[in-house]
Amino acid sequence: METWFSLLVTFFFTVAIYLLLSKSIIRVLLGVAILGNAVNLLIFTGGRLTRDVPPVIAEGADVLSGPAANALPQALILTAIVISFSFFAFLLVLAWRAYEDLATDNTDEMRVAEPVNEPAPPLGY
Amino acid sequence: MDAAALTFLALGLPFAAAVVAPALTRLLGGNAAWLLALAPLAIFAHLAGFIPEVAAGEIVTGGYIWIPSFNVSFSWLIDGLSLTFALLISGIGTLIVLYSGGYLKGHPDQGRFFSFILMFMGSMQGLVVSDSFLMLFVFWELTSITSFLLIGFDHSREAARRAALQALVVTGGGGLALLAGLLILWNISGVTQFSLLLSFGDELKQSPFYLAALLLVLGGAFTKSAQFPFHFWLPNAMEAPTPVSAYLHSATMVKAGVYLLMRLNPVLGGTTEWQVLLPLFGVTTLVAGAALAVRQTDLKMMLAYTTMSSLGLLVMLTGLGLPYAIEAAVLYLVAHALFKGALFMVAGIIDHETGTRDLTKLGGLRSAMPLTFVIALAAALSMGGLPPFFGFLAKEEIYAALSGFDRRSMVFAALTILGNGLMFAVGFAIALKPFLGPKVDTPRHAHEAPVLLWIGPAILAAKGLSIALMSGLVHRFVTSPMASAVAGEPRTVTISLAPHIGVPLLLSVVTLAVGVVLFLNLTRLRAAMAVILADIGWGPDRGFDQFIRGLVRFAVAATRRLQGGRLDNYMTVTFLLVATVMLALPLRYGEFPRAPFFPGDVPLHEFAIMAIAVLGLFAVVLAVDRLTAIVSLGIQGFAVAMLFLLYGAPDLAFTQFMIETLSVVVLALVMTRLRLSPSDHRPLRQKLPDFAIALACGMGFGLFLLRVTGVPFDSTLTDFFNLYSKSIAHGANVVNVIIVDFRGTDTLGEIAVVLVAGLSILSLVRLRAGSLRRGETREIAAADANAKEPV
Repeated sequence: METWFSLLVTFFFTVAIYLLLSKSIIRVLLGVAILGNAVNLLIFTGGRLTRDVPPVIAEGADVLSGPAANALPQALILTAIVISFSFFAFLLVLAWRAYEDLATDNTDEMRVAEPVNEPAPPLGY
Repeated sequence: MDAAALTFLALGLPFAAAVVAPALTRLLGGNAAWLLALAPLAIFAHLAGFIPEVAAGEIVTGGYIWIPSFNVSFSWLIDGLSLTFALLISGIGTLIVLYSGGYLKGHPDQGRFFSFILMFMGSMQGLVVSDSFLMLFVFWELTSITSFLLIGFDHSREAARRAALQALVVTGGGGLALLAGLLILWNISGVTQFSLLLSFGDELKQSPFYLAALLLVLGGAFTKSAQFPFHFWLPNAMEAPTPVSAYLHSATMVKAGVYLLMRLNPVLGGTTEWQVLLPLFGVTTLVAGAALAVRQTDLKMMLAYTTMSSLGLLVMLTGLGLPYAIEAAVLYLVAHALFKGALFMVAGIIDHETGTRDLTKLGGLRSAMPLTFVIALAAALSMGGLPPFFGFLAKEEIYAALSGFDRRSMVFAALTILGNGLMFAVGFAIALKPFLGPKVDTPRHAHEAPVLLWIGPAILAAKGLSIALMSGLVHRFVTSPMASAVAGEPRTVTISLAPHIGVPLLLSVVTLAVGVVLFLNLTRLRAAMAVILADIGWGPDRGFDQFIRGLVRFAVAATRRLQGGRLDNYMTVTFLLVATVMLALPLRYGEFPRAPFFPGDVPLHEFAIMAIAVLGLFAVVLAVDRLTAIVSLGIQGFAVAMLFLLYGAPDLAFTQFMIETLSVVVLALVMTRLRLSPSDHRPLRQKLPDFAIALACGMGFGLFLLRVTGVPFDSTLTDFFNLYSKSIAHGANVVNVIIVDFRGTDTLGEIAVVLVAGLSILSLVRLRAGSLRRGETREIAAADANAKEPV
């Protein structure tokens, strides 16, 4: 099953990176959102796949024995989902503010930090 | 407290004094010098306590382990060489602090000046007593940095800024060469301490890396000690206030290079390379410096060029490899520190009291400044090598080393006589010309300097006389141990003022005669030198300007090229690199997965969900309007959540459902405001390369994942959590236990990230509101103003 998931992960990464490479700020944002899912799936598959059985210790038992899903990648992904959402929300607001101030959604035209004809620094001391 | 701890404190004391100096100066003004001078004085007293031990031939080492894994320690080595240097630094340092108190009296930044000069003193002190290579390097660069601060002290003048930068670039660059050289020495010998290195015999000299190490070390030493052609920064450094010139640029810092050569002489010296390179550069510097000194009329510039000359002489003597040469270098080093320090301070006094230091505008000061005159004369006599001053002993020893009758000795003797004759003429021009002759009107009315100014040079000049008279004692306790340390074998210095007829004395007399002739013809000589220099025209000083200009232009061009300011270029380069790493490395090391096996026994609903995810992904890429894009993004997110649910991760699934819902809502809110189209309007020929890069990256990650899942699974961590989450953390849901208990700190970090993101979003939104409000207030104010106008 990991093989099929690897194929799926390939799709996710390809789409995410293709979107990140475009010049429209909204498409870059969509790419960021998908990239989060791509990475999560990568981690999830890397920890091997087990169907149906969540890693919960049965009533009365002290240890989790028998086949169950791998708990560690789940814990990692849980953290990652929340952080990538925070990141996405921040970027979204940043893009919105940038659009309001610069009146463009084209990254080529967003040149406040690195102006097109920046004057050279003075040559003296 | 034991001696090691005291020495450690002594090394730190100047820095502590540097911290309190500004506050103390604010309180006491220039008189803070009296208190601050106690710091170097205490160090001097502490170090003087080592004299008997060192004179008995012992080497005092001590220190603390600093970075054990790199074999780096903070340790010191006190033998005859480092002790003499350290005593000169702290002794002259005491006098310089006093002198600065008078020289910069009332200067608004005097406290800062004290701070800088004390920091420099601490760095120099650390440099000469360092045992470990790294410590030496750190202090070496610290002296460059503090020297930069001191030269640029008067930072409102461009000349001072330029000189400071120049000194930093030249000596700092040399410091890097030195670091490389020291690393090679470490590599060859396997030790990181001088005390251990010195016990190596000829192993270093026979290593194939000897020449590389030597050249790199010389690169550091020659730049620091202003050897031709790296000399140009030293005269420019005269932009610094005079106490700095007297201390850094004559008595101490510029001698750091000489110190290094002397320190390494036992292990690197004695080879043909050493005995060719050092004397060659040394004698060139000696003659060039003296010739350039003649050209100048500014007192400080004349002294600066003679310092360069003297440094050349010291380097030459260190490298000659002739009998008495090491002894001569040791004697001359001590003599030079005393007389040159004194002469610089005299130049400063003249400048301070008359308002000029141009030799042609000075004269007849002997009646107004008799004490200064005496000091200047005593220092010049020592510089000229006349008895009964210490300079005479040094000069006799130099000529004793050069009195052989082979061709090499005779060539070097002739050039040394020329250099010394020129220095003699310049020295007496400085000591006599301003004081003798008819009185000349000066910008300020001249009168004798205050005690803070004259006490330093007076003590130095008196020392030049007294140590010559007590030469036996000085040889036993200072110069013989130092010469032994430099030579790497026991040496005894014997020269005294007692009359001794021989070749050295004859050479001294010849030097004297040459000097007197040159002195009498100084004006004509100066004019001739001016013509010669004008004919040469271009020098390393101008070259430095062009180097800096070229560097700035190169940096601008490189930045424009590499940082063009276009996000999609940056992204393209980044992902090209990602694709290369993900595909080229497995190819290189044969780490691609075996042919994948796609199992067919997959339930239909799982296939369906995967298909939905892929559908969502392509819908996002192809969407032409906002709503399609948002909905498609939601589709792929929910599909992922479904997969989590099917594969035993209900926690993930629920979180993912919530987050995806939120994302869609937030995105919809913002996108409606933005009125943006998510579709890509670029032509196909621009889209295709992007798609190729994305596909390469995606395949890279996919193959990577296949390879990972192809190796046997290591379940150590999972087993640990499965085993202990109930018994240790008392929770049945292993995922939850990991998050809130085993990796609780990570979760705290995660919450902090969310918090910061929230605050940032809030401030982004609020900032806009604030600026709008300010804009409105302005408009209202303007409207008010308009309304009031008619009234």
